Amino acid sequence: MKGKRFLVAGILMVLLAVGAFAAPFRIAVVMPSATNDMAFSQSMWSALITIQKEMGGESALVLKYSDNMYKVPDAGAAVRDYASQGFDIVIAHGSQYGSSIQEIAPDFPQVTFAWGTDVNTFGLPNVYAYTAAAEQGGYVNGVLAAKLTKSKKIGVTGPVEVGDAKTYIDGFVQGVQSVNPTISISKTWTGSFSDVALMAAAAKTHITNGADVLTGSSQSVVGSIGAAKDAGGVLWFGTQADQASLAPKLVVASQVYDWVGMLKDIIAKHKKGVLGGVSYTLTLENGGLKVAFNPGYKLPASVKAAADAAIKGIASGKIVVQP
Amino acid sequence: MKSVFSVAVVTGILNTMMGLATPFLYAALGETIAQTSGVVNLGVDGIMLFSAFAAFYATLTTGSLWLGLLAAALVGLLMGLLMSFVSVTLKAEQGVSGIGLYMFGLGMSSLLLKILIGTVKTVVGFPPVPIPLLSDIPVLGPVLFRNSILVYGAFLCVPLVWWLLERTTLGLKIKSVGQNPAAADSLGISVDGIRYVSVCAGAVLAGIAGASLSISLLDLFQDNLTAGQGFIAVALVYFGAWSPVGVLGGALLFSAVNSFQLWVQVLGVKIPASVAVMLPYVLTIAALTVTVNRMRQPAALNKPFERGES
Amino acid sequence: MTTDKATGPTRGNRVPGVDWSRIALNVVLPVAGVVFALLLGAGMLLILKANPLAAYASLVRGAVGSRFGLTQTLVKATPLLLVGLGICIAFRANVINIGGEGQIIAGALMSTWFPLFFHTWPGWLLIPATMIVGFIAGAFWGFIPGILKARLNVNEILSTIMLNAIALQLMNLLLQGPLMDPAGVAAHTFLAQSAQLPQAVWLPRLVPRTLLHAGAIVAVVLAVVVYVFLWRTTIGYDIRAVGLNPDAARYSGINVPTFQALSLTLAGGFAGLAGVVEVIGVQHRLLEGLTSGYGFTGIVAALMGSLHPIGLIPASILFGGLLVGADTMQRAAQVPSSLVDALLGLVVLFVSGSALWSRRWASKRRTAEQMDQEGTA
Repeated sequence: MKGKRFLVAGILMVLLAVGAFAAPFRIAVVMPSATNDMAFSQSMWSALITIQKEMGGESALVLKYSDNMYKVPDAGAAVRDYASQGFDIVIAHGSQYGSSIQEIAPDFPQVTFAWGTDVNTFGLPNVYAYTAAAEQGGYVNGVLAAKLTKSKKIGVTGPVEVGDAKTYIDGFVQGVQSVNPTISISKTWTGSFSDVALMAAAAKTHITNGADVLTGSSQSVVGSIGAAKDAGGVLWFGTQADQASLAPKLVVASQVYDWVGMLKDIIAKHKKGVLGGVSYTLTLENGGLKVAFNPGYKLPASVKAAADAAIKGIASGKIVVQP
Repeated sequence: MKSVFSVAVVTGILNTMMGLATPFLYAALGETIAQTSGVVNLGVDGIMLFSAFAAFYATLTTGSLWLGLLAAALVGLLMGLLMSFVSVTLKAEQGVSGIGLYMFGLGMSSLLLKILIGTVKTVVGFPPVPIPLLSDIPVLGPVLFRNSILVYGAFLCVPLVWWLLERTTLGLKIKSVGQNPAAADSLGISVDGIRYVSVCAGAVLAGIAGASLSISLLDLFQDNLTAGQGFIAVALVYFGAWSPVGVLGGALLFSAVNSFQLWVQVLGVKIPASVAVMLPYVLTIAALTVTVNRMRQPAALNKPFERGES
Repeated sequence: MTTDKATGPTRGNRVPGVDWSRIALNVVLPVAGVVFALLLGAGMLLILKANPLAAYASLVRGAVGSRFGLTQTLVKATPLLLVGLGICIAFRANVINIGGEGQIIAGALMSTWFPLFFHTWPGWLLIPATMIVGFIAGAFWGFIPGILKARLNVNEILSTIMLNAIALQLMNLLLQGPLMDPAGVAAHTFLAQSAQLPQAVWLPRLVPRTLLHAGAIVAVVLAVVVYVFLWRTTIGYDIRAVGLNPDAARYSGINVPTFQALSLTLAGGFAGLAGVVEVIGVQHRLLEGLTSGYGFTGIVAALMGSLHPIGLIPASILFGGLLVGADTMQRAAQVPSSLVDALLGLVVLFVSGSALWSRRWASKRRTAEQMDQEGTA
């Protein structure tokens, strides 16, 4: 009977729709260090976990990861493997993965590839690129640091002068100098992203030299924070992730990479059929970069106001920070 | 503008040097014992990492630093037994078994950090203990005599290991097993047994080296905390020509130059950072080219012992 | 009286240096070692609530179960084979080369700068020239510890460990400055990588849509070359003599330190070549992390190949497959990669332990050969 056929068709369509709804979205991420590195990799992983929670958990969003992929050909193999498993989005979270993405993306036109930190989408329709304007948060931190230092000496403990370690610190220096160009800024580079002991020794050296405010980048800065704690009275400014938990009394603020907004945009675009072609930059203006003030540190109101002014200035474009 | 040779800077360098040298001293002195008996253990870094985690975790969960130290020594012992079993009993190629031990220790420490703790946390480590009277000596006092127990312990190990190797019967046996295992064997000394003891002793010291990092100097644990220091420690054994005093010299030289290059950077001297970072490595090689290597290496180093083989 | 050196390498077999029964043992026992380690690993997987059978199945699938997996295994085997060949030569002279990481960097640096500088050269000239200068750069980085040992008695384990760190900082220095990709500077991303190398120097890919490159063939050819070198030339003979019995070699007039230095130099060259093929074959540029630990894993591969250049070919494929499969297992079981590292460490531990039998066997054969020699003297 016609009516029965319509009913069956109707039920089938509803089931299909429900099925489509029920099929979880799948994202895989490949990253160069551990998910708990208090820095670069952690920032992406925590963003993905946040989105998973918001979307309703594992039934809505399946997340798979491969960490410690600092060997690039292995990372490439991982990306290709996830792509061939039919993941919707494969994120290659490391600037060294660029050439792998360039090679692999054309082979999987249905998959969205997102990689960073860089701006290059290689002209491919299914590649998104992303980067963080780390120099912006660096500038704000620099303004705060310049206002809070009593000894007028600031120390920077860096790993290797490349990538967003370099841009963050360059921005920081500009921020300090915009407040008081006579403040002395010393920089050390340990030559390694993981040598915590050497980073701690570097921080100690700055402190012995009279610095009472420190900043730096990479997962090994946990060593610098430790040295600041030991010395007591030395303040810390962080980047890439909120480092307040490591020294609740000394961390003033951290620049936080918040990938959530960008990831939501990529997911939405993918669902609409736009698989790539956009280059994202996290900035203070679009909320991808946030300056997380440590509630445990009492910031004088005037200093906070200066920081807020800097944030506004950068966001509006009045202050231009050169990366 | 401070010059690199002002008093404040020199004392600063010495102070940092003490902390930097501590893990090298424990690990290298331990490796000296192992190598004196004829076994090369390239896995020291892995032992340091696993023990560092154990010490940190024990301290974090029990609140006791001494339990943490004990945990580190225990894990070191277990790793030492594993290494002895593979390298002495199974007579493995020691360079390779050491690499395997390193990979194992590195992997286990990171894995356990992830599943047992999850994130990077800190503990309150061994506090600095000023030695009465000595720490009041002007200039050098605070530098040398206001450090934590584990730092003092590292320097104390130099005469202790010397005394062990030069003044005890066990030391005599260790040396004979390393120099001429066949002769030692014919005298009734258990070559394998002595090697087990030496490798394990070395591993326990490597474990304490790890603890010195995670519950004294840095007060935290993170993936790959040692960043290869264990390998430098092994290199220092060769630098010191298997003599504890020589190893002390190497550890101090390397750490002092490392400390110095950080000051060079802080004071803004215009040399590229990478060149500064290279200095300790370059100078360590350079130092060896100008000193005379008086002691020869243990003749049976890196050779598993087989009764009946020459 | 024979002019043969009395305790020199064997001359008894039809094919010098190829002992078939020993090969059988050397295949069986490392595999047994691997199996034992995997059993322990299964325990760890169970603790982490992963299914060991499924995990190991994915390990095998990842290594050889797909076209891409198989080519990836060969891609990993290539630098293992090259570094291993160098280790082989050094080991035969009783020198252990742990300077591989630094030597790989030396070769990689040279094979980045050279094609960028001579970017107008055609491929048929640029590729071999780059490989040669890369080899020389690595050889230089092996020559330094070699000559320091021969002339100044500086222990080579010390100097190679130091030189590894020095090479790494040298690479940092160059990547932060003159070698940094101008595109990265212009875009203010300052990535730690060089500009992409001219296409003329890219090693041709053997299988489309994979990373397998012609360097694999070069490596296999070189394995045969090294075999011929060690067993059919006087220099090779002398190197092996130095390793088997340095005192006897000295008495027969071989300058032991010189040959040990030579073996370190050659080992450095081959490690440098591994760096070259990673740069011009896989990445097409220089970037941080390029060495991938091959300086150490190459030593493991060399042991698994019983320190024989021909044996190294299957050994590096096996070990390469293990590395590739381990990553696949991590993805499939979603266990932390550190578990996989620990597992690999166990594998290496027990594979090295299974050398017990081959060493005993080797010493028994050596005594038999020595008696052979004296018999025919």
